[in-house]
Amino acid sequence: MIWRIEKRTAALARPHAWLFPVSLAFAVAAGACIFSALGVSPLAAYGTMARGAFGSFYHFSEVVVRAIPLMLTGLAVAVAATMLLWNIGCEGQLVWGGIFAAGTGLYLIPHLPPFLAIPAVIAAGAAGGLLWGLIPGLLRAYLAVNEILSSLLLNYIAIIFMEHLYFGPWRNPEGFGFPGTAQIGEAARIPHWFGTRIHLGLVLALVMAALVFAALRYTRWGYQVRAIGLNPQAARYAGFRIRGQIVFIMGLSGALAGLAGMAEVSGIHFRLQQGLAVGYGYDGIIVAWLARLNPLAVPLVALLLGALIVGGEQLQSVLHLPASISMVLEAVLLFGLLLSESLARYRLVRRAAGEETSAAGKGLP
Amino acid sequence: MIEDLAFIGQIAVKSSIAVLLATLGEIVAERSGILNLGVEGMMLTGALCAAAAGIATGNPILAVAAGTLAGGLLALVHGFFAVTLRVNQVLSGLALTLLGMGVTSFLGRPLIGIAPGVRLRAVPIPGLADIPVIGDIFFRQSPLAYLAYVLVPLCWYWIFHTGTGLKIRAVGEDAAAVDAAGIDVFRIRYLCTFAGGLGAGLAGAYLSLSYTPGWKESMTGGQGWVAIAMVIFATWNPLRAVVGAFLFGGLTALQFYFQAVGVELVPAYVLKMLPYLLTIAVMILVNVGPGRRFGGPAALGVPFSREG
Repeated sequence: MIWRIEKRTAALARPHAWLFPVSLAFAVAAGACIFSALGVSPLAAYGTMARGAFGSFYHFSEVVVRAIPLMLTGLAVAVAATMLLWNIGCEGQLVWGGIFAAGTGLYLIPHLPPFLAIPAVIAAGAAGGLLWGLIPGLLRAYLAVNEILSSLLLNYIAIIFMEHLYFGPWRNPEGFGFPGTAQIGEAARIPHWFGTRIHLGLVLALVMAALVFAALRYTRWGYQVRAIGLNPQAARYAGFRIRGQIVFIMGLSGALAGLAGMAEVSGIHFRLQQGLAVGYGYDGIIVAWLARLNPLAVPLVALLLGALIVGGEQLQSVLHLPASISMVLEAVLLFGLLLSESLARYRLVRRAAGEETSAAGKGLP
Repeated sequence: MIEDLAFIGQIAVKSSIAVLLATLGEIVAERSGILNLGVEGMMLTGALCAAAAGIATGNPILAVAAGTLAGGLLALVHGFFAVTLRVNQVLSGLALTLLGMGVTSFLGRPLIGIAPGVRLRAVPIPGLADIPVIGDIFFRQSPLAYLAYVLVPLCWYWIFHTGTGLKIRAVGEDAAAVDAAGIDVFRIRYLCTFAGGLGAGLAGAYLSLSYTPGWKESMTGGQGWVAIAMVIFATWNPLRAVVGAFLFGGLTALQFYFQAVGVELVPAYVLKMLPYLLTIAVMILVNVGPGRRFGGPAALGVPFSREG
């Protein structure tokens, strides 16, 4: 007897309904194995994570705080992937959003009133990400440079430059050697609500999700983007300006990631410092694909990943397990998604060795 | 002046070995049609396992073997998803990198700051090391560097001048035709993915045993990604991989040189960016340069299944 993987003859009734639960179950099971191997009861570990993420209103508010940048980077990856472009450079675009936001708040408009300063900082953040996103877009459109590699390598360059700024020319003169810029003024900080760290970035992210969804679904531009994503060859024959769209989409994607960096600087840290590039750009890839590139699903998946991150930190403080366990679980979640997608398309068939596979595999009408 | 050149050259070679080894591995994998973006994760895993085995046993051979094998085993995860489950190879590779980053950050915590168990120091090759300049640059290096010197022509010969190499290249071009000829596509792709992981694992072992002995979180610093870009620059040819890796190493060496001399011709942060900028630049160069070049295996990233 041998096992074979064959294409399913009939499509599953509702594959999307169970893809996500299967990936989640896969990740939970893998996590349980890891915890057991470390000598920690999986129940205790998951209980700690759940209490850390949902134990109180304050805890949940921290989940939302983490989810805000994830929503924006998730949208950034999703909008690019709709046109078959891989923006792996969200981390760098986020950093540039933060640099522009901090620079604007610190040096350009230190004395504006809030109703002018906040829009200026938001626009600056988007512009910073947009400019950094344009680079891989232009390289891809006009020089055929693979955008996966160029956008990723640009992350390292952005982070080196940011470090140069807060270790060097932008370092806080009254910071006692602490690496970071001075704090931006009160007027340039986006408002917080409910006595928590939840800030205006949440509204911004949700509005962006709705806008991106509507633009992709209901406008002529969105139709073109989706058409190029489905069949670039056909779109080219239809006369769509593909190069222009590539540049535009990468700029838009960068701007979304830049907003995430702006929100982190103007809503959380109030300065440029070490904690800005913590991997939200990479997490955005997972968010986008778990959401199946649907902009409306992105905020929900971002909440899930936010809970995972906060839960991981709780594991560190309660059970003294390194918080990077959440990164492991994220990767397993992505593998789980790939596994479930494969299960939706293929099935495992057992048959005697030597038996011809094609007849059984394709026989049903 | 000559001494400076020898100094820069020696560090340039030293800094290029990890990228070179990882590039060689990825060339083998991609030649069979498997795009593995997990190089960074496999390198980190290789570095951690080599460092851990070094501390546990103190045996250099076991340490190198542990790191290399760890990279290969992690690659098999990608192999299972890419070859057997036929999923999107870009996503699977990215997941592998995230997995490698997470697992090494998680498991490596206790090893941070612990004195390395194995240090592979430079071993001058008798005779060759005494050649002026050239000897200093190439023949006063880590034993793993010499291994890399040997692997480059071996890899090239394997891919271009053996029956197995022909099959590998054919699978990368047109898997269905190879399958029709009665050759096991799955076996070749698994083998090449595994070989690619061995290369990345060995590269990681070089970093944590020789280049900067000891474990440091995310100590690869993007070299895995540089290696993937250098595969394109090398037009999937192991001999040309040497050029890309050496350019990368050369720019890394300039940082050390200016630091050592104490001159700041170029600001330090710009020097730190240069290797990454160079990698982007060579990807542009390979596209705008004159003449028609090999654009990569036709079936790169395309899953194979008999049902089509």
